[in-house]
Amino acid sequence: MIEVDNLSKTFKVYHHRKGFFGSFANLFSRKHRIVQAVDSISFTVERGEIVGYLGPNGAGKSTTIKMLTGILVPTSGSVTVNGYIPHRQRKENAKHIGVVFGQRSHLWFDLPVRESFELLQRIYRIPEVQYRYNVEMFDELLSIGDFFQTPVRQLSLGQRMRADIAAALLHDPDVLFLDEPTIGLDVVAKARIRQFIQKINAERQVTVVLTTHDLDDVEKLCKRVILIDNARLRFDGELATLRRLLSTERILSVDYAEAYPDVSIPSAHIVYQEGARVQYRFSPEEVSTADLIGAILQKFKIVDISVQEPDIEELIKTVYEDNLTLERKLTEPISPNTQAN
Amino acid sequence: MHHLSLYFHFVKLRIRSQMEYRLSFVFDFFAQVSISVIDFFMIALLFNRFKELAGWSLWEVGFLYGMIGICFALAEMVGRGFDVFQRHIVRGDFDTVLIRPLGTFFQVFSHEFLLRRLGRIAQALVVFLIANSQITISWSLTKVGYLLISLVSGTCFFVGLFVIGATSCFWTVQSIEIINIFTNGGVFMGSYPFSIYRWWFRHFFTFIVPLACVNYFPALFLLEKIGSSGGSPIGVLLAPCAGFLFLGITMLFWRWGVLHYQSTGH
Repeated sequence: MIEVDNLSKTFKVYHHRKGFFGSFANLFSRKHRIVQAVDSISFTVERGEIVGYLGPNGAGKSTTIKMLTGILVPTSGSVTVNGYIPHRQRKENAKHIGVVFGQRSHLWFDLPVRESFELLQRIYRIPEVQYRYNVEMFDELLSIGDFFQTPVRQLSLGQRMRADIAAALLHDPDVLFLDEPTIGLDVVAKARIRQFIQKINAERQVTVVLTTHDLDDVEKLCKRVILIDNARLRFDGELATLRRLLSTERILSVDYAEAYPDVSIPSAHIVYQEGARVQYRFSPEEVSTADLIGAILQKFKIVDISVQEPDIEELIKTVYEDNLTLERKLTEPISPNTQAN
Repeated sequence: MHHLSLYFHFVKLRIRSQMEYRLSFVFDFFAQVSISVIDFFMIALLFNRFKELAGWSLWEVGFLYGMIGICFALAEMVGRGFDVFQRHIVRGDFDTVLIRPLGTFFQVFSHEFLLRRLGRIAQALVVFLIANSQITISWSLTKVGYLLISLVSGTCFFVGLFVIGATSCFWTVQSIEIINIFTNGGVFMGSYPFSIYRWWFRHFFTFIVPLACVNYFPALFLLEKIGSSGGSPIGVLLAPCAGFLFLGITMLFWRWGVLHYQSTGH
C-alpha cells in the first residue's frame, strides 16, 4: 500500500533580506544553509494497518507525511502510495488518500460545514448515494449533524477536528494520513476520535498513518510503530517489541502479610520500602519474573503482588535520550529470556 | 466541463460571502468610482494646457486609459487569488491545495473573486464610452471582435504578472514588490501613447513585458492610427496574441515554481 525507500528531504533555508531591494536581491541570493529533515528512511505499510509514526518535534514526521501526500517533492529516494508516486501523480494520488492536519483545517473557513462537504462532493465527484451514505454514517459516529449548518470558523476545536476527519473520508480513500489528530482535545473528544478511527479501519480496511505526541493514541490504536528522531529511522516494529527491547528493568510491588525486617532477595534491588509494602527493581534478562516471585514466596507470606512495565512515554524518552542503547539492542539478538515474557 | 462548473460554483460562493456585507460593498463601489474619476481628471487637466500629446487628443488618450483600466480591474477581479497568494503561502494554505485532486493553477485562480472591482471597471468603462463618443470610429464587426479579444488579452497579461509575483513566493515567501512596477506602473504607462517613450523602453514593453501589445497597438488599429504613429499592420493585428502567450509562459513558470514549494514547518 505504501512503500518508502531510502527517502530523504533536505531544505534550503535562505537568508531573507528585507525591504524593496532586499526582496529583489533575494531572487538571486545563494546564501543558504541546508537542513536535513528526513534522512534515508525506508518502510512499507500493508493495507489495513494502523501505523503510529512517532518522534519528537522537528524529527521529520510532518515532512515525511507531506512527501507521502504529494505536498513536498523528495530530494532523493522513492515513495509510492497505492502504486502512485505522490509528487508526480499528485492528482491521482489525491483521489485515493485522505489527509488531516490537526493544526490546520482543510475546510473552507467561512462556509458552513454542509457547504464545505458539498464542495468536496463536487471536487472529488462523489456519487450522491455514496455521499449521503457517508454523511449519515459520520453523523452517527461523530455527531457532525450537531454543527452541520455552522460556519467552520465558529466551530470548537473538537467539532472542527470531527468535521475535518469526516471530510477527509467522504471520498472513501484507501489511506488516511492523520497528523496530530487529537492535539488540544479533551479526553472525551480524544476517545471519540480514536473509536472512530478504529471503526473506519476495521470496517473499510482503511490504512491509517498517524503521527502524534499523544502516547495514549498510540497505545489505543497502533500495533505497529515507526520511531524517527533527528531525521532518521530509529525503530520499526510492533509496539510490544519496542517495549520488550527497552524495558530492561521492571518494578515488582509486593504487599507482605507483615513487615519483615529483612526482605532482600537475590538479583532484585529494593527501591522503596514502607511497612509491609516493598518495591523491587529487577531486570528480566537476569531473572525471570516467575523465578523472582517463586523466591519471594519461599521466604515470605504475601497479600498482593504486581509487576509494572514502564509506560511507553518513559520508553520513548529513553530512546530519544539514549539512542545508543536502542541501536545496540536492535543489533543484538533477542535473548530467549526476554522473549519468554 | 467539470472545471468550468466548479469555477462558477466557487465564484458564486465568493460573491455570496461578499454580498453579506452589502453596505460595505456599496460604499466601496462608489469610493472606487470617485477615486478613479479624480484619476482621469488629472489627465484631462494636463490636456487643458497642452491640447495634444504626440498627435493624440485628450479623448484618444481617454480611449487608451479606458482600455487599460478595464483590463487591469478585470484582472484584479478574477486574478485576485494570485495577487494575494503570499498570504496563503505564509499561512500554509497551499498544503490544502496540493492534497486536492485538481490542478494548482486552477485552484488558486478559482479561490478568490473580487466583486468590488466592479466599481473600477465601471469608471474605466464610462471614460472609454465617453471617449468613444467624442472621436469618430467607424465600428465594424471585425473591430468589435478585435476590441473584445484585446480586452481579454490585456486581462490575461495582468493576470500573468500576478502569477509571476505569486510564483516568486515559492522562493522568497514574501511577494516581490517589484512586480507592482509592472502592474500599477503598467496601468499608468499604458494610459499614454507609447510613442512618447524612449526606444529601449518601448521595445522592453513590447517584446519582454508585452504591455504595448495589449493596449497601444490595438488602439492604433481601432483608432486607425497605424500609419501616423508607427507599427506595421500585420504586427498590430497579431499584437493581442502576446497577452495570451504571456499568460501561457507564466503558467509554465508557475508549474516549475510549485515543485520548489517548501511548505511551512518540517
